[in-house]
Amino acid sequence: SDLTLQPPFRPHSTSSSSSEKVDGFTRKSVRKAQRQRKSQGSSQYRTQSAPVELSPLPQLKDTPSAEQQELFMQKLNQCCVLFDFLDSVTDLKSKEIKRATLNELVEYVSTYRGVLVESAYPDITNMICTNIFRALPPSDNPDFDPEEDEPTLEVSWPHMQLVYEFLLRFLENPDFQPSIAKRHIDQKFVLQLLELFDSEDPRERDFLKTILHRIYGKFLGLRAFIRKQINNIFLQFIYETEHFNGVAELLEILGSIINGFALPLKAEHKQFLMKVLIPLHTAKSLALFHAQLAYCVVQFLEKDPTLTEPVIRGLLKVWPKTCSQKEVMFLGEIEEILDVVEPTQFKKVQEPLFKQISKCVANAHFQVAERALYFWNNDYILSLIEENIDKILPIMFGSLYRISKEHWNPTIVALVYNVLKTLMEMNCTLFDELTSSYKAERQRFVTKTFFVYNSLCLRLRTPTWS
Amino acid sequence: SSQQHQEAVHHCASSRCGEDSHGKLYKNDTETQLYSLKMYSIIHIFYNTIYDEDEVLLALAEQLGNFTMLVGGPEYVHCLLPPLESLATVEETVVRDKAVESLRKISQEHSPVDLEVHFEPLVKRLASGDWFTSRTSACGLFSVCYPRVSSTVKAEIRQHFRTLCSDDTPMVRRAAASKLGEFAKVLEPEYVKSDIISLFTALASDEQDSVRLLAVEACVSIATLLPQEDLETLVMPTLRQAAEDKSWRVRYMVADKFSELQKAVGSEITKNDLVPAFQNLLKDCEAEVRAAAANKVKEFCENLPEDNREQIIMTHILPCVKELVSDTNQHVKSALASVIMGLSTILGKDNTIEHLLPLFLAQLKDECPEVRLNIISNLDCVNEVIGIRQLSQSLLPAIVELAEDAKWRVRLAIIEYMPLLAGQLGVEFFDEKLNTLCMAWLIDHVYAIREAATCNLMKLVEKFGAEWAQNTIVPKVLGMANDPNYLHRMTTLFCINALSEACGQEITTKQMLPVVLKMSNDQVANVRFNVAKSLQKIGPVLDSNALQTEVKPVLEKLATDSDMDVKYFAQEAISGMFDFLLSTKLLNFNSLNFIFLLFFLCSFGPSITIPNQRLQDGICHGTLSNQTLKVIACLSQLHTFTSSAASSFVLCGKNTK
Repeated sequence: SDLTLQPPFRPHSTSSSSSEKVDGFTRKSVRKAQRQRKSQGSSQYRTQSAPVELSPLPQLKDTPSAEQQELFMQKLNQCCVLFDFLDSVTDLKSKEIKRATLNELVEYVSTYRGVLVESAYPDITNMICTNIFRALPPSDNPDFDPEEDEPTLEVSWPHMQLVYEFLLRFLENPDFQPSIAKRHIDQKFVLQLLELFDSEDPRERDFLKTILHRIYGKFLGLRAFIRKQINNIFLQFIYETEHFNGVAELLEILGSIINGFALPLKAEHKQFLMKVLIPLHTAKSLALFHAQLAYCVVQFLEKDPTLTEPVIRGLLKVWPKTCSQKEVMFLGEIEEILDVVEPTQFKKVQEPLFKQISKCVANAHFQVAERALYFWNNDYILSLIEENIDKILPIMFGSLYRISKEHWNPTIVALVYNVLKTLMEMNCTLFDELTSSYKAERQRFVTKTFFVYNSLCLRLRTPTWS
Repeated sequence: SSQQHQEAVHHCASSRCGEDSHGKLYKNDTETQLYSLKMYSIIHIFYNTIYDEDEVLLALAEQLGNFTMLVGGPEYVHCLLPPLESLATVEETVVRDKAVESLRKISQEHSPVDLEVHFEPLVKRLASGDWFTSRTSACGLFSVCYPRVSSTVKAEIRQHFRTLCSDDTPMVRRAAASKLGEFAKVLEPEYVKSDIISLFTALASDEQDSVRLLAVEACVSIATLLPQEDLETLVMPTLRQAAEDKSWRVRYMVADKFSELQKAVGSEITKNDLVPAFQNLLKDCEAEVRAAAANKVKEFCENLPEDNREQIIMTHILPCVKELVSDTNQHVKSALASVIMGLSTILGKDNTIEHLLPLFLAQLKDECPEVRLNIISNLDCVNEVIGIRQLSQSLLPAIVELAEDAKWRVRLAIIEYMPLLAGQLGVEFFDEKLNTLCMAWLIDHVYAIREAATCNLMKLVEKFGAEWAQNTIVPKVLGMANDPNYLHRMTTLFCINALSEACGQEITTKQMLPVVLKMSNDQVANVRFNVAKSLQKIGPVLDSNALQTEVKPVLEKLATDSDMDVKYFAQEAISGMFDFLLSTKLLNFNSLNFIFLLFFLCSFGPSITIPNQRLQDGICHGTLSNQTLKVIACLSQLHTFTSSAASSFVLCGKNTK
């Protein structure tokens, strides 16, 4: 049903493309004078009127259980005081007290039972909101390239981390009651939480991912809202700002959400696939979230195979024209899709798809050509090709035959020979027919060129070329 | 096929030029109708066949806005609406925006009736579309049809706008917020108060900061529309809230629009409200906001009410400015440095000396070169008020330091201010302190600096005159011709190129030309071909005698050089001089001079090629028929006919029968 939730998906290779560049050039980040890791305070900290000094409260575990609740509240309130972490020397004592208190609170909600009484919810959420909800600061580096540059880290992380930890334990506490919490963890809360996904700090985004996932699982009433807001974030990212740090994390959550969609798929979900996920492929920073995006797309196709045709046609429409790196990613995604494609669906898209693949195979960039040729190492794809060899071979033949003679890269030429051999074994007669008609065509072309050249030479009275 | 379509679209659009030929079709009504029907179906074929290439759609959206005449004039313009309507719902923002732009354009060509019958329903359909794209497009169309429709329709339009302002997609609310000011301008005053203010207040407290910041922009237009007495209650609460918004983007927007806001709300509110708000922005915790505010310091001060301007600046603004001078962020400091000098005219001589001068001096010593440069580039403001002498003691070390900065872009920037500085500091100060710097740049190891330095010398000569040049610059420049480094020898040539015109014929012929000619024997080919280039360049300044007797032999010699490039540039120079002579109306094509010139050129022998179009044009020129035969006779003496010249003969043969 719509309500089941899988654990968040973690792709094996989140940043494979960025770490293993083979072009032989040093990466920008290496060339740049190694800047020290910068950290940044939240934009929220504005000079408070007077510095607040915290005084330590007694330990919860040393307090009789009757007074524990009261002390718990006091501690929650104490943790609402914010400190300036950009200034590393002030309030050291108070900062330490807050850190210790937060630690204690985390332990308290995760190990003690019966602490989440109804009256505690407002104070708990208030403490969380005060600490984590803030306007994110402007990016330190306006042309921040997430693939190359070090992210700016949240300076108040020593406290922030514990608050996130606390929120997570709070949500996971067996006594946690969504029916009470929904008064505080509402649409506004979720909206602010989603805004934080733009944080540059990957540690923060990781926490947010798990937390949002828990909220999605526990608050049925918020699910449609969360999906819609994620939708809006993506659309803004695609069509307006082209900048959002948390796309990969949100897609990761969606991957597990899609897994739980009920069949038949609602129109809303199909629209999300076609109008949001496919256009996301056009993003400049695709490399940062492609693995998650491809996973989502494949999830959809596994749910509903009839979507294969629109999805593949959609991908072909946004196929990268100049960016080879993206083209390799697209080919990877196509292979993932073909891995789960039903033979009947495959027949519907094979012609436009293999026209594109035949272009990729002939690409001068050897990584693109190589990635496309690897399709022939996939047994399932091979079986699909074999089944439809009469349609596919004529599309592929010209490119393959030509690059087997012309490609500059010897690895590609070797791969092409293997592919040609495999194809020949699939349908020998057709292969021979194509070979001879290709050669005849080629000969006609050559003759024509010679003729044009010679007649030119004749006119210019230069020696002809025989 | 999409390419063909695109061509076709362009073709259709460009055929507008051929309106005359279409004019025949307008003669009677049936033909016009038939014609517009055809156009209509063509557009539809386009639209339905090419749905997937954004670039094509963009071209289509743009061109359809110019199609009014092609579909039969304003009477039929509404048949452009259906395709534009679909284009206005496309996902791709640029296509959609273009479609809206075209719709706005053709809305003006609708009659009031057509506007209500055809255009307004389209706006309504878009405004209530399912997908956000159509609703965002609708936001841009309300203001163009509102002024020309009946009051019932107006009420509907207001209602639609209200709905979109509270749309649940932020994209639509952003579009509505960005058009709020524009829409307010076309509304009747009573509705501005009753409708717009509530929408404005709502958008300004939207949950998304991207919406809130657009409300700040609208604030400017709205405030100008309201009478002064209403501003305090209707606009100021929102504006105050925006200036203290928790999101730095909103505060940045306030800072960025501060001058406009200030003008819109008037002097009384400025004094009471905006001054403290501005102080806060100057002290904001985000550098982005501080920099935006710092940029506005001068404008803000200028626009303060004159009666207590000085007092406000001295007590409220200046203390903040002083803090910004030592800000931790260099963008803030450099933003301030680019305007701070402007304060001196506002504050007058005494205040400038007492309060501003220390700040200027501090910024002149700033660690960030951009800050220093911004100060130096605005010296003229201070010069008017206190004279530059006050600064010159600190200026010199700052200039020297910038002139030797390790980053060549910084050196380049300071060179560009040299002529300005020279003008303000005067010739004695310049000779004494700065001349050596200017000469040192000529041997900089970065080409761009050497190039800028030559250009700088030219500007200095223009400023200080030829005599000054002859005494101070020319000997040093010419001295470099004997430098062992060929790059420096070439710099001499570049300087001569730049200076010859400013120095005049006398200096050029007597002093520069001999050096250039001597350098034609240089053993480095690069120097030799630059000699050829220089000769071509200074040719116009020389007298014809020098050209004939001195330049010509050297160029002829270079034209037979063993180096290919030298040969090439020497030939270029020879034919370039020909080009020059042609261009100086010395030669009227109808006069015999032209013939003499050709004979003159022929004496250069085989080194000359027929290079330029102008000669061919001259030959083919219709009025030349009398001269043509003589020209041909001359040309026949040139040994190296190019095929282009030959083809000219063919042409002129046709012309002259």
